[in-house]
Amino acid sequence: METIYILWLRQIKKYFRSRSRIIGSLGQPLLFLVSFGFGFGSVYSQAGQGNYMQFLAPGIILMSVLFTAVFAGIEVIWDRQFGFLKETLVAPVPRFQIMLGRTFGGATVAVIQGILVFLLTLLVGFRPVDLAMLPLALIIIFIVAVLFTSIGTVIATLMDDMQGFQLIMNFLVMPVFFLSGALFPIDGLPQALKTIVHFNPLTYGVDAVRDCLISVSSFGLPLDMFIIFTTTLVFLAIGSLLFEKIQA
Amino acid sequence: MDIISVSGLTKKFNHTITAVDHIGFTVKKGEIFAFLGPNGAGKSTTIKMLTTILDPSSGKISVNDFDPQTDKHQVRKSIGIVFQDHSLDDDLTALENMQFHAALYHIDSVQRSRRISEMLQFVELTDRQNSLVKTFSGGMKRRLEIARGLLHHPRILFLDEPTLGLDPQTRNHMWEYLKIINKDEGMTIFFTTHYMEEAEKIADHIAIIDHGKIVAQGTSRELQTKTKTDSLEAAFLSVTGSSIREEEASSTDQMRQARRMWRR
Repeated sequence: METIYILWLRQIKKYFRSRSRIIGSLGQPLLFLVSFGFGFGSVYSQAGQGNYMQFLAPGIILMSVLFTAVFAGIEVIWDRQFGFLKETLVAPVPRFQIMLGRTFGGATVAVIQGILVFLLTLLVGFRPVDLAMLPLALIIIFIVAVLFTSIGTVIATLMDDMQGFQLIMNFLVMPVFFLSGALFPIDGLPQALKTIVHFNPLTYGVDAVRDCLISVSSFGLPLDMFIIFTTTLVFLAIGSLLFEKIQA
Repeated sequence: MDIISVSGLTKKFNHTITAVDHIGFTVKKGEIFAFLGPNGAGKSTTIKMLTTILDPSSGKISVNDFDPQTDKHQVRKSIGIVFQDHSLDDDLTALENMQFHAALYHIDSVQRSRRISEMLQFVELTDRQNSLVKTFSGGMKRRLEIARGLLHHPRILFLDEPTLGLDPQTRNHMWEYLKIINKDEGMTIFFTTHYMEEAEKIADHIAIIDHGKIVAQGTSRELQTKTKTDSLEAAFLSVTGSSIREEEASSTDQMRQARRMWRR
């Protein structure tokens, strides 16, 4: 347990020491909230869909969690390139614990980032309908963060260096975000696009958090949670297997 | 009694590049063993295989009676390593790096603080223990890495070019301390270096590797006798030749270059 704790603690310490990272990572969510929220708000309400900021805010919170979590996973590449990974790989501890500690650390950082974005959404007019559901929303956000940190770790174990960074941005992270229903309702999408959206685990994360915060859902909380949870377990297992074989 | 024994050890990368080619040697318990060779000769690859970081393509290794391929955990418990490349976390303090290592090696929490203080004192970093490592000079980082490698009382200490970038005072201080530990605790030391006078002065036994093969082994005096030379450096040049070796920049080097560019 101490191994998991110390690796978790390392991630947290590094995060809080990097003020520029904290502030910088709030820029994009704020831009999305202001430009999309206010830009499309009137169109959305004219179409009879209600308050767009209410709809958008959970999606933007999850966007922030997605980006932070994936990049926390990918940090394995930096640690490998700059030598620190070797220190952990030669230690007499199971690599599964190392992977778990790193993942929980990255996920915690993503959750903190999500909370900061949640506070931002309150500033631009978002209001959760049921405050009692906030703890459940937080748990869901943590599971989603673990899922995407694991996915980041899986990618990192398959990459030698950061050359493929742009590839991951353009062909994984951005499509996962845009095709998750974070920005628009998925009910009216063409069938082909709908199928892709249904295979995207973030879709269920967004849906679950939206259910908790504004009581609007496409799939229902039990199905959302089942899919998020099982996908997380699958990627944790794949990440652990690959991390076991990683060589510095 | 041999604490390390290697036979027929080979490492091929992508089935084409042979970094280490059927090498064999033994290291006795409590010995100070120097593993010398020009750049790109296969020293670091061999150390990586001995310390469980890389799996060999073929051959046998025994470290403290364990096989690094099948008994990784046991091997890792009994060794300490100071890597050639920087391996500290720059965003943590010196103390936090030591605490991190202590936790990974399950050092008893009662002894932990005392041992960390002792090691920081040894490398004269007590005053800077709460400073972030990124504010340290290259020499200070090296000293911290050595302190970290010794923290858990390893039975074998692997040092991959440990004195690179250290001033003569720190180098002497470091070797004096290591020799004391070697004598008092019977800790075996396996090291690589490019400083021949260091190997000549410190090592009980020397092996020279070139192009992935062991080209000479023995004490410094034996090597000089074999090559009819009057210093280890001359003996080294005699068996490895005097042409300059080109070594490709590793991906780590390339990343560091990129990072430097970004910081400008």
